[in-house]
Order: sequence, then structure tokens, then C-alpha cells
Amino acid sequence: MEGISLTVIGLGIIILGAAFGIGKIGQAAMEAMSRQPEISGTIQTAMIVAAALIEGATLFAIVVAWLQG
Amino acid sequence: MRVLLTIIITLLLIFSPSVYAAEEQNNGGDDNSFDITEMIMSHIGDSHEFHIVNIPRKDKEDIKLTIPLPIILWYDGGLHIFSSSKIYDNEVVESRGSHFLLNDEKIYVTDEYGHLSYNEESEITNTKPFDISITKNVATMFLAVITILLLAISAGRIYKQSNTHSAPKGTQRILEPVVIFVRDEIINTNIEKGKADFFAPFLLTLFLFIWISNLLGVIPFFPGGANLSGNIAYTFTLAIFAFLATNIFGSKAYWKEILTAPGAPIYVKIFLVPIEIIGMFTKPFALMLRLFANITAGHIIILSLASIIFVLETIYASPLTILLSLIMFTLELLVATLQAYIFTLLTALFIGMAVKSEH
Repeated sequence: MEGISLTVIGLGIIILGAAFGIGKIGQAAMEAMSRQPEISGTIQTAMIVAAALIEGATLFAIVVAWLQG
Repeated sequence: MRVLLTIIITLLLIFSPSVYAAEEQNNGGDDNSFDITEMIMSHIGDSHEFHIVNIPRKDKEDIKLTIPLPIILWYDGGLHIFSSSKIYDNEVVESRGSHFLLNDEKIYVTDEYGHLSYNEESEITNTKPFDISITKNVATMFLAVITILLLAISAGRIYKQSNTHSAPKGTQRILEPVVIFVRDEIINTNIEKGKADFFAPFLLTLFLFIWISNLLGVIPFFPGGANLSGNIAYTFTLAIFAFLATNIFGSKAYWKEILTAPGAPIYVKIFLVPIEIIGMFTKPFALMLRLFANITAGHIIILSLASIIFVLETIYASPLTILLSLIMFTLELLVATLQAYIFTLLTALFIGMAVKSEH
């Protein structure tokens, strides 16, 4: 077990958080598109924007983790 | 016929080398192993020369095809300008009495023998001159600016001839959907009507500049391939502009709400005012970090995929590399546009919130 730094575990947790968040957005977007297919263009744009904002937060955490070690 | 085509394409994929910008393979050099970290860091970082490609030759030195960019330094009250071809290969350059040496893409002031002094943590303690050279990123920025100017000025000239009522021609065709998209979706939905036209040039320039910088980074060969938007100084400057745009033109109501939180009891106000002031700075900081991290992460992934061949040291890994790299390049194109859109959208949102007039 020697050589596993906490940075790597932290990065795993970061990715878990991002995956959960974006997964929930995808789920909500799919359900909304199935209810009202006419506005699926709007929903798709909003989904991508929300996913990019979550990615932003994820990448802050990754940059901080990278700077630490 | 279709089966034949499939077989030919598969064979071509298997035997085609992956050629990406300036990948080095030192066969017969002093260090035979492939250092992936150093390769990735040198491709992501800035550099004083524009390295195009290494042409390998059997039994001879590789030909390094580079464009040496000028180095401009301000030191000791004088401007020192010389070509970077002099300072690469670890040579001490003498310019008007001072001597400079390049170490790991940083320039230091040394004596005429090029001595670098190290302190206890093995960091170099020579002074660094004020470095305002034209580096690879600056040259790419010039290229992006020239591209935008060419597109926009020629489209503007067409508009001057009042071509707004017939089918668009020329660069109008490229720019008109982009400008209408930015104007309708980003500017007019976030900034109120009277003030939207004032900020429209800034926001449109921001969008086009970031988009073209990102796209130039995705192109794998010269003149693209420089990691411009993944340079934290570049995104820091754009975030400063966004910060200035929101705070200089903030209305009185905006400042009142930040510095004296109206409608909150006094024991909440003590916490709320510092938090609001810090929030004033974290918003551009988040903009800076988001763009930087997204673009740099994309570049690192693409470079790592391209290095699969060199790490495994076999050409038969190239189908895997090509497939994965295709996917990642497509994702990078999406990320390039999306990050430009998000940066501009959030800046417009902050400006809109700041210049909102009282109702």
C-alpha cells in the first residue's frame, strides 16, 4: 500500500462528485425532453451550459489538487 | 466494392504514423528514453521559439525546424533586443554590457561565463530581467487578432454597402450567424435594452477572441498548436477586463447592495459585506480558472493519447491512438466553443446585474 498518496484519492472523490452532478443533469434533461419534445433544443443547450459550469468547479478542485502534489 | 474499401482503410489506419506537431523521438541521442512529462510540459508551456517539426535523419542529427522569435528584455534601464536563436543551446548572450542566459524557458542575468547561483532549495537566485519578448503565445495572439480583424473588417465593409436586405455574401456568411447569436442569446437577454449596445462590442470581441484562441490551440500543426488559452496569464488578463467592465460601470444600486447590504439586520450585515466583497473577486477568478483548466486539460489529454505510441514503442498502437484522438479532438472542438460561450455568457450576466437600474 505504500506510495498511494492522498492526492490520488482526492482526485477520485472529485470525479465522483462531478459524475454524480452531471449525471443528474442528464437525467433531468432526458425526462424533460421526453415530456415536451418541442423544446428539446432549449433543454439541450441548458444541459450543456449547466454541465460546463459543474466542469468548471471540478477543474478548480483538480488544479488545486495538482498544485498540492 | 465496399468490402474492399473497408479493408484498404483499415490497413491504412494500421500502418499510418500519427504525426502531431513537433513530436520528438531521440533515436541515438544521449537519452534514449521518452520522457512524457517533459514533452507534455514543453507543449503546454510557453516558449521563446516557435518549434515547427523535427525532421529525423538517419545517422545524423535531427533537423529542428523552428522559427526563432525575438527576445525583448528591459534591464538596467535599457531595452535589450536580440533573436532567440542566439540564446538557445545554453549560450550566454551579451547585449549592451549585460549577459543573459536561458534556463528552462526563463531568462536570467548572469556574468559572462553564464554562472547560475542556486540557493538551498536548488532554486536559481539570479535576477530576472523584465521579459516582454514575443513568445509563442504572443505570436499566436497576434495571429488570432489578425484573423478577427480580417473577418470583421471585410464583413463590416460589406455591411457598409447596405447589404442587409439580400442574401449575405463573403465573410458576412460566417460572421452574421455568430454575431446574431451572441447579440440575441447572450447580450440582449442579460443586459437591459438601453445599455446593451454599449457592451456589445466588448462582449462580441471577447467571444470571438476566446473562440479563435481555443481553436488555434486545437490545430495540431503550425501556425496553430500553441496553448494560448491554457496560459494562466492570458485568462487572468481577460478576467481582469471582465472585472473592470462590471465594476467601473456598476450602478449606484449595485455598489449600495454590495457595501451596505440593505434590508438585512446588523448582525447579518457584518458577515454579508465581506462575503459580498470577496464575491466581487471570486467571480472573475472562477472565469479565469475555468477557461485555463478546461483548455489545458484538453491539451494534456490529447498529448497523452498521442504519446501512447511512443510509450509503448510500437507503431501498431496507432489505430488505438487515432480512434481515441479523433474522439478527443471532437470533444476539444466542442469545449473550445462552449468555453468561449460560457465566459461571454457569465461576463454578460455579471455586467447585466451590475448595470441594472432601479425599478
